[in-house]
Amino acid sequence: MKGKVTKLEIVVLLKQVPATESLIGIADDGVSIKSDDIKWVINPYDEFAVEEALRIKEAHGGSVSILSVGSEKTVEAIRTALAMGADKGILINVPDGDVYDGLTTARILSAVLKETPFDIIIAGQRAVDDDNFQVGPATAEFLNIPNISMVIKQEITNGKIKCHRTVEGGTVILETPLPVLFTTQRGINEPRYASLPGIMKAKKKPIDMKTITDIGLDPETVGKPLTKIVSLKTPPERKGGIMIKGDSAQEKAARLVKILHEEAKVL
Amino acid sequence: MAQSVLAIAEQIEGVFRKVTFEALSEGRRIADQLGCELNALVLGDNIENISKELDQFGADRIIVAENSALFEYLPDAYGNVISDVINKETPDVVILGASTQGKDIAARLSARLNAPLAMDCVAIRFEDNNLMATRYMYGGKILADVVLNGKPQIVAIRPNAMTIANAAGTGSIEKFEVNTGTTLVKFIEKHLDTGKVELTEANTVVSGGRGIGGPDFTVIEELAQVLGGAVGASRSAVDEGWRSSSDQVGQTGKVVSPNLYIACGISGAIQHLAGMSSSNVIVAINKDPEAPIFSKADYGIEGDLFEIVPLITEEIRKLKG
Repeated sequence: MKGKVTKLEIVVLLKQVPATESLIGIADDGVSIKSDDIKWVINPYDEFAVEEALRIKEAHGGSVSILSVGSEKTVEAIRTALAMGADKGILINVPDGDVYDGLTTARILSAVLKETPFDIIIAGQRAVDDDNFQVGPATAEFLNIPNISMVIKQEITNGKIKCHRTVEGGTVILETPLPVLFTTQRGINEPRYASLPGIMKAKKKPIDMKTITDIGLDPETVGKPLTKIVSLKTPPERKGGIMIKGDSAQEKAARLVKILHEEAKVL
Repeated sequence: MAQSVLAIAEQIEGVFRKVTFEALSEGRRIADQLGCELNALVLGDNIENISKELDQFGADRIIVAENSALFEYLPDAYGNVISDVINKETPDVVILGASTQGKDIAARLSARLNAPLAMDCVAIRFEDNNLMATRYMYGGKILADVVLNGKPQIVAIRPNAMTIANAAGTGSIEKFEVNTGTTLVKFIEKHLDTGKVELTEANTVVSGGRGIGGPDFTVIEELAQVLGGAVGASRSAVDEGWRSSSDQVGQTGKVVSPNLYIACGISGAIQHLAGMSSSNVIVAINKDPEAPIFSKADYGIEGDLFEIVPLITEEIRKLKG
């Protein structure tokens, strides 16, 4: 690898999620959400992952594949990533309504990745629907490769990657040889929009659809998650509170501080 | 083998993160319900002297994994040592803080041990002998009860969500023979803003939004300082480049649950509300009386933040003498 330009095989793990502006309602079964009236988009952190993959490809050469587990409608999200510039997609098509925990999803993804060449896998640090922070590192574990999470900057030289990882109150720089899996944090880049020619080209790009059985897993056993949602509820609604009145800004400020100190007892 | 609960402590340069005490306190509570030991695991270099501290939070045995290779968090070295300890101890429950490091460890462990994991929990209880964890989903819009099946049951708890309780533990120190195994990830360097109060652990958060109008957050910083709190920002303030993305509170930023949250010049988009509505007391200051933030705030002041916030800072200064 040393000294020679090596093209990089990059795989992005992508999930389709409800847009963050969506109001989320609970379905009648009490354990899933109402899926009608939801606008489905690429998970925002995965969008950073797609963008970073494209930048790595532009800098080093190579190809970008999008890998997703989801129902047939996930094709839309994959198509969007292809329109941004990714080369091909793989969808592990699971029936709509099948719920997998993070570990199951990671197991499915890693089964595919064991049969797919890769140097770099990029995932969002979390999906903004289940907020699990689990699939990226768990997939790396199943593949027995290092993972670096919450990355805001990366540099690749001579088969090694340096990642700037965000931690509480700062950043830590870690280095590891490829292959690696890293997860993205906000601040890593500003994702591009799909251009019109990009959208046209994406229509012709391949999306490989497979089932759980196709990748050599047993749908019966893979579908038995270790964690299970038993109920969903909406958090207690915060009631609109008290508007602090006063004749002057000074009076309002003094009143607020008095209330916070004496009634709310938070000062 | 007897039952046990294992709490994984997190220390940065010889100082325990606050969530460590929360994890131990919650771990003690679970251990008492199970009628078993609570053991603590501390990893790092030169940490034996601080480890003893954990007996105040109910730790029975304090397992010290000391090695120069563990001086900084490295995902593979820490993962290897922690799973060795778990394989030896066979705890029923593993509890740790859902910090950036804790989330990483928890996720990787769940895969290695084929163990159920509830990430970023705000409450834990037993129901029919199963651990039931309550956690937010959809960035705070939904609360889920999740049941864990298998062993060990791993729970990563959200910083600031659980109370710290002092309890006497046996507190015996035990050295663990560390073997970091095969490791590829190397530490290069770090940049920490040590004077800064961490947003997710702060008791008070003062946030600024579009209403600040520019990168000068002095009024917000001064109020945060007098309260010993952290400064947060709305997504629009981050998108404008006024604040770093690490300050962002909301569905695509950090989720915070401080005792007091003060939103200044923030209208209250649904994504922002998702990131702070589990705060204990919310105060909003906004010049627009129709701003959605007022419908979520316990106390609101309609007015110019540049006039009101410095006056609040002054009043608090007076109060604190």
